[in-house]
Amino acid sequence: MSGNRSAPAAPTAALLMLADGRFPAGGHAHSGGLEAAVAAGRVVDTTTLEAFLRGRAATSGATAAAFAAAACTAAGSGSAKTADTGRTAELDTEYEARTPAPALRAASRKLGRQLLRAARTIRPAPALDALAAALPAGPHQPVALGTVAHTLGLGPHAAAAAALHDAVTGPATAAVRLLGLDPFAVHAVLARLAPELDRLADAADAHAAGTPAHALAAPAAPLLDIFAEHHATWEVRLFAS
Amino acid sequence: MRPDHDDPETQQAHSHPLPGRNAGRLARIPGRPLRIGLGGPVGSGKTALVAALCRSLAGEVRLAVVTNDIYTTEDADFLLRNGVLPTERVRAVETGCCPHTAIRDDISANLEAVEDLEHSLPPLDLVLIESGGDNLTATFSHGLVHHQIFVIDVSGGDKVPRKGGPGVTSSDLLVINKTDLAGQVNADLAVMARDAEDKRGDLPVRFLSLVEDPQAHDITAWVRERLGEDG
Repeated sequence: MSGNRSAPAAPTAALLMLADGRFPAGGHAHSGGLEAAVAAGRVVDTTTLEAFLRGRAATSGATAAAFAAAACTAAGSGSAKTADTGRTAELDTEYEARTPAPALRAASRKLGRQLLRAARTIRPAPALDALAAALPAGPHQPVALGTVAHTLGLGPHAAAAAALHDAVTGPATAAVRLLGLDPFAVHAVLARLAPELDRLADAADAHAAGTPAHALAAPAAPLLDIFAEHHATWEVRLFAS
Repeated sequence: MRPDHDDPETQQAHSHPLPGRNAGRLARIPGRPLRIGLGGPVGSGKTALVAALCRSLAGEVRLAVVTNDIYTTEDADFLLRNGVLPTERVRAVETGCCPHTAIRDDISANLEAVEDLEHSLPPLDLVLIESGGDNLTATFSHGLVHHQIFVIDVSGGDKVPRKGGPGVTSSDLLVINKTDLAGQVNADLAVMARDAEDKRGDLPVRFLSLVEDPQAHDITAWVRERLGEDG
């Protein structure tokens, strides 16, 4: 009604669906390193959980957000029928370089394949077929997320926001299940994190278009990498990563 | 990462005319394996039944197994230890403390495991998907399996069929296992049979004792019938 035609309101319903923990792309079985952090005694309560989540958002979350935003822009930059898969493949390679732990590479590609498989039924689109064809082993999760976001009519900021939401809500839910933390207290942590997640999404969005893939964000969390490698060798684990 | 139930023509050709019970059934896709889910409470004998089916069908059916046990490799190891299936034919799926989610609400990890088996092995006829032990309300999504077997056992009490729940009432086959223990736990098999029929109408129920019938002949026959159907 307020009718500024050049800046329509950002779509909200599709973003809520994509970011919803109930979206069936297999994320519920991944703890984002939390299961290993709990076993190492690093996360024991909501205070240590908050520190873990802040660290995760600022490192692997920020990197995932940067690549989701860039992949979203790339998916919209090709012709009407096909996405710019050259740029997308480049993003995938650069994300791989930012993911040194083999266990996390495997987890990311698995989650990317699962998201792409779900999305191809939920909202079939040529850009998704092109992504599957360009990366037969499966795209990394943030690359898949950005492309799927585009096919749902979302922009790079929304893609980044979804990546950051995913980066903290997965481990937060895992903490409720593994440690029996009060879910209200855990969501109080998430509420306190919200402004920081928005700021990180803004930063990711700012580099979604013009920045060469190799120059995108690369903050790393070596401890998460080490945790992931330990976790992958466990005989008994409840979460896939 | 391909969608596997998106072909409207296949869906049309195989869709069941009966409303209700068969609504939303996963269509068979020619060239891809039949998928049968085995669910049921903890300790009811799902893994032992999977092992029996593997032994009985090994010579005639090209098969693989996906396990969803919460202890990840435990069930897979059981199958491997017993020499039932080689390693490459068993995949373990982690369920993040929610075994029912992985077979019903978010089937992605299981679809991924099925597709991985299909890619890495020669053509398959059958994939058995064993759920983690859960409760009476856990059932498989029609997006994941073509048929499902629900396994309960007499030591859970002979009231279990009367309690119902979707596994008891609507699974394609209800198996009441460990009948050899019935006397020791005061379970009345006649009561269980009557209650099961009451809940399930004409859907089949089979009693099983793997002690007395290690090949699970009745269950194997039921699986053979499903394999013989169109697809």
